[in-house]
Amino acid sequence: MSNRFVSIWFRYLRTDWFTIRSPHLKDTPVVLSAPVHGRMIITGTNTLAESKGIERGMALADARAILPHLEVFNDIPDLPERLLRKLAEWCIRFSPIVAIDSPDGLLIDATGCSHLWGGDDQYAEAITKKLNARGYHVRVAMADTIGVAWGMARFGKESLIITAENHPSAFMSLPPEGLRIEDEISERLHKLGLHTVSEFINMPRSSLLRRFGKEFMTRLDMALGAEIEMMQPVIPLEPYQQRLPCLEPIVTLTGIEIALQQLLETLCGRLQEEQKGLRSAVFVCYRVDGKVERVNISTSRPSRNVNHLFKLFGEKLSGIEPDLGIELFVLSAPKVEEHLPAQESMWKSLGGLKDSRLSELVDRLTNRIGLNAVQRYLPDEHYWPERSFRQATSLSEEPTANYQVGKVRPLQLLRTPEVIEVTAPIPDYPPMLFRYKNKVHQIVKADGPERIEQEWWIQGGQHRDYYRVEDEEGNRYWIFRLGHYHDKTYRWFLHGFFA
Amino acid sequence: MASASKSDIISTLRDDILRIEGFKRPVLSGSSSNLGLFKNAFPNATFPTGCIHEFLSEKPEDLAATAGFVVGLLSNLMGEQGTCLWISTARKIFPPALKSFGLEPEQFIFIDLKNEKEVQWAMNEALRCKAITAVVGELTDIAFNDSRRLQLAVDQSEVTGFVIRYRNKHNNHSTASVSRWKITPRMSEAIDDLPGVGFPTWHVELLRVRNGKPTTWQVQWREGKFVPLEREVFEIKERKRQWG
Repeated sequence: MSNRFVSIWFRYLRTDWFTIRSPHLKDTPVVLSAPVHGRMIITGTNTLAESKGIERGMALADARAILPHLEVFNDIPDLPERLLRKLAEWCIRFSPIVAIDSPDGLLIDATGCSHLWGGDDQYAEAITKKLNARGYHVRVAMADTIGVAWGMARFGKESLIITAENHPSAFMSLPPEGLRIEDEISERLHKLGLHTVSEFINMPRSSLLRRFGKEFMTRLDMALGAEIEMMQPVIPLEPYQQRLPCLEPIVTLTGIEIALQQLLETLCGRLQEEQKGLRSAVFVCYRVDGKVERVNISTSRPSRNVNHLFKLFGEKLSGIEPDLGIELFVLSAPKVEEHLPAQESMWKSLGGLKDSRLSELVDRLTNRIGLNAVQRYLPDEHYWPERSFRQATSLSEEPTANYQVGKVRPLQLLRTPEVIEVTAPIPDYPPMLFRYKNKVHQIVKADGPERIEQEWWIQGGQHRDYYRVEDEEGNRYWIFRLGHYHDKTYRWFLHGFFA
Repeated sequence: MASASKSDIISTLRDDILRIEGFKRPVLSGSSSNLGLFKNAFPNATFPTGCIHEFLSEKPEDLAATAGFVVGLLSNLMGEQGTCLWISTARKIFPPALKSFGLEPEQFIFIDLKNEKEVQWAMNEALRCKAITAVVGELTDIAFNDSRRLQLAVDQSEVTGFVIRYRNKHNNHSTASVSRWKITPRMSEAIDDLPGVGFPTWHVELLRVRNGKPTTWQVQWREGKFVPLEREVFEIKERKRQWG
């Protein structure tokens, strides 16, 4: 299949934008002006102003002389770039590859796209109609190379849809400016009486190269298709992406579910072939009114199980607002990892952390209640109790350190230690009694002290002297004194409960 | 002859009833061998797995003791491959301490939720997952219908569920759980007559068990096992201590 490219020329991009914002400008001549070397120079015009002979580069004063009731606006310097970027993103509905063609156009790689609209003519017509409806004056041309499409959009006279057979003749009829070359070179060509490509294309390459330079030859080759031209898509291509355009806008949940199911099946089929599984996926719905709805999911382990992924999405689908309808669904997997089939069949009956059913359960839980709610801990090499463990990044992460098992630790630790009142006989002796939540506990047995110092490179502060104590009822506590006894600034805290 | 067949019929019927009530015939008796201490209180003389156990606790100290007892049970159930989900709204478990109960903290997945409703939902989901060994849920209360739902979830998956009802004033209404326990801490015994705090020691009450007999034990967690405290020896030592 040959490549097909669409070039869109926004002839009055800036003035169109002003007209869209204030519709009453539709029937008045509008120009945009910007100061250049101390003079106000016209940088953009609309159709009406242009028909009266006002052109770009003219001084504003001259234009005022021609048309006294001219509407003048100050030009916004980066307006075209911003507008084109937005329009390019909007045009993603026509093809995944859309590029900005500065200063006033867009390029679309339409290879294999137009049949979804019923043919090249309908495809170009759809683009024109939709952009016209938004209020932009456009010329849309379609050809086998970017060069010809660009030239035809700006200088084409008859049909702008160039089929493969018409390609040479359309190319021949282009003026030199249609080749995207420097103004100076095209002017020189005109001076030499070469007004269309056909008049110089048969000249020897060596003499063309000598007279007009290398750039000129590259442009010529690009238009002919002899040299490949690269495009810079506005949205980088997702390698794992599936698209589903709809003939009729979808408004029901059932419709969305069918679309999702279909997309998941094709995507997972592809992942299956490549022995991969996805870690995160985005389901994007493009609405008729230009808004975009999206749903994200992530998994704790690479997965390509359609049912499981569908369930993960399922809980969030009801949040999508179809409004007037959705015309395009895109499912992409930004994060994909190796997933060998051996992993699945192993230990089916045994369970454990490697089991896919467990990771699917964890996915369901995180999907509904958030990523931070589900935690697994691994040892970390710190003595400070709060830092002696860290969160694992995944279900399969293996511990890299060991827990210190020499000292007894309480089964339950308070998030923040609670202040208690303590009576202790002499320094370094365990306390005799303490008061916690208005209840006095007589200490019968005690172990300690166990001093734990602050890690000064992480956090400053005083050390803790821990005691393991048991009261007369058999309750066991972990209490500590913060700071030295003789400093008189120490305080006592309850930090945990032993089983 | 006729009477023999009649008793056969009755014993199979009894088995059927037990099965319907949530007690399954043991498949792997080896895995819960350390729980032999408690087995005689249960029908079939086996500690029931694949069902819901319920624990009552009021004070934070009781909660710690209950958690200790549950972790002790888990260490007998989980083995090397097992995993456990610990679901709660205000979790206080200190992962490194699980090590002293012979468990790997990596095998635990902790789920911290905002409210009881979410805890019940998460428990329901988790109990259906055959890949995990046990689920522990901390709740203040559970309605009969909700407990029935949990019991139905484990019927298919063989996962053992532990529901800890914490700080609840109306603790006494009935639920569909197979058993109801109450664990309170009790004075530890000195190790080799040395001063200091001894092994974790609990007063374990099995308040209610379907078709079994409620019992109480004085239990110590010692060297990775439940060890019963011999009451008389304990009392003598207590008295000695009091007399000085």
